[in-house]
Amino acid sequence: MADPGTGAPPPETGGDTGEPIPFMQQLLDNPLLLLFIGVVSPTVLYILWGLMEIVAIPMAQ
Amino acid sequence: MSNDFRTCPDTGFKIHLPADKLIKWNAVTAIVFLLIGGIFGLLVALTRWPAVHILPPDLFYLALTAHGLDVLLVWVIFFEIALLYFTSAVLLNARLVGPKLGWLAYVLMLGGALMTNVAVLRGDSSVMFTSYVPMQAAPDFYLGIILFAVGALIGCGLFFATIIVAKKERTYEGSIPLVTFGALTAAIIAVFTILAGAAILVPTLFWSMGLIAHIDTLMYKVVWWAMGHSSQQINVAAHIAVWYAIAAILFGAKPLSEKVSRFAFLLYILFLQLASAHHLLVEPGLSSEYKIFNTSYALYLAVLASMIHGLTVPGAVEAAQRKKGFNKGLFEWLRKAPWGNPVFSGFAMSVVFFGFLGGISGVMMGTEQLNIIIHNTIYVPGHFHATVVTGTTLAFMALSYWLVPTLWQKELFLPGIAKWQPYLFGIGMALVSTFMMGAGTLGVPRRHWDISFADAAMGFDFPAAAYLMMGLNGISAIVAALGAMIFIINMVGTLLLGKDKVPAAAAPEEPVAPAAPPASAATSYGSAGTMEVPGTFVLALIFLVSFILYYFVNWKYLASVWGLS
Repeated sequence: MADPGTGAPPPETGGDTGEPIPFMQQLLDNPLLLLFIGVVSPTVLYILWGLMEIVAIPMAQ
Repeated sequence: MSNDFRTCPDTGFKIHLPADKLIKWNAVTAIVFLLIGGIFGLLVALTRWPAVHILPPDLFYLALTAHGLDVLLVWVIFFEIALLYFTSAVLLNARLVGPKLGWLAYVLMLGGALMTNVAVLRGDSSVMFTSYVPMQAAPDFYLGIILFAVGALIGCGLFFATIIVAKKERTYEGSIPLVTFGALTAAIIAVFTILAGAAILVPTLFWSMGLIAHIDTLMYKVVWWAMGHSSQQINVAAHIAVWYAIAAILFGAKPLSEKVSRFAFLLYILFLQLASAHHLLVEPGLSSEYKIFNTSYALYLAVLASMIHGLTVPGAVEAAQRKKGFNKGLFEWLRKAPWGNPVFSGFAMSVVFFGFLGGISGVMMGTEQLNIIIHNTIYVPGHFHATVVTGTTLAFMALSYWLVPTLWQKELFLPGIAKWQPYLFGIGMALVSTFMMGAGTLGVPRRHWDISFADAAMGFDFPAAAYLMMGLNGISAIVAALGAMIFIINMVGTLLLGKDKVPAAAAPEEPVAPAAPPASAATSYGSAGTMEVPGTFVLALIFLVSFILYYFVNWKYLASVWGLS
């Protein structure tokens, strides 16, 4: 695998050598997948979790 | 196709002409709104200076609303859209996909910004940046922000399309450069921000038109802050991308480790937006589990990312300087840095002030127990003036000193005074932040017209030190405003009156404006190839000690104001 420390081409171009592309490299080179997780993560952890807690507040009698 | 490109004589960048034009228009419009928002900001600071108290209450809240909107949204996002086009089309040697849509985005953003400004200036929409319900603004106030956001969303879409098409057209090899990856992080956060904004501002618009009867205040706060705070996280990702760009442009610096820096940006993508919950820490309807998980940026993982960038950016500069022979002792690389070049001095202060003032205070105030010491005090604007102004705005100013002369091929209008501008603005704003945080620690509220409570039925006397701090805040704001004015005059002067650049070979002597950069470091993948950066590690240790001391001093302070016995 090429060493990024030397400034050589990054691993995902290693198709020529037949080496498998590491998972993290595939993830970081996929802007649409990053967009998906970047929107879903805060939507679930911040917005939905927060709204569920508000919905669970008992109504005043 | 080749007729649509020009080659930059300074950098060798192949620049797509439609992208070139859009970058210029977005950047110039950003600077105009910085001027407008800055004037309102100065009026706010002068009103909060008790001895001056320049505006009556109605105009104070009007100015505060306009200041927040024009600088927290309009200035930074126009500049960030310019940055997205630059880091995609220019750094990838690619064509900008859909330039006509880029103009549609620009028109929507400009029209929306103007519409909201008119609504505020009319005087019936002084609801401040947060526009908390049940305070109600005129419908065009919300509509303007929605149009602005739709325009920004189109701009983000063009950025994504451009990097995907560039890959297909093989305008670059391998992974996108780190600077573009940082911009990608900003664009992803921007998409989340805009979708959250739509989710809350569209119903609020209907509510202001009388089509919806009621909006729950806590629900509004939760969803609104997904936009309001995340919009400032776009800035964080964008200005860190700018730090990497400036390090590459000025020094040919590569990150200490591409992999680690990219991983840090990934942590931002996953967790940075969660800090929106800072604003909900005293809301009784939300659990401590929710608050602690979110305000700690998912158990401090995004804080870790910031500390990685804070280490690797100066580390990259040190590695590059040491390669050039600045090896004496711990800090020759730093002493011999171009401190007279506004690109460097603005960048250096942005890194230091963002970390020491904005970063440390942000973690402190994001701690649920400590937050109660300063919640809704002027400490909070003190914190975000450190992040958004001395961090983001100063970084954008620094980049502009390189970008504007390079894109327009003009000499800087006032190169002599440009050397001093980042110091005036940066130190002025750092003092503004410090004095605001000091006054906030003494309990001075934020968004308050008169802390003397002159005509209130039940008065309250703040300590004399609080008045002193608010006065010093006003003086510091004048110094910073002077620095901002010099920047704006310099940028506008460069565009309108700047001399055409002399080709490098014929240049008489070393220019004061940024020298021709080895820009390839900003456009390629690769690391510095060394971790021998002892000076940076010493600076990082100083930062960590400051961080720990400040954090625990605040626990001690909490213990003194909130006795448990």
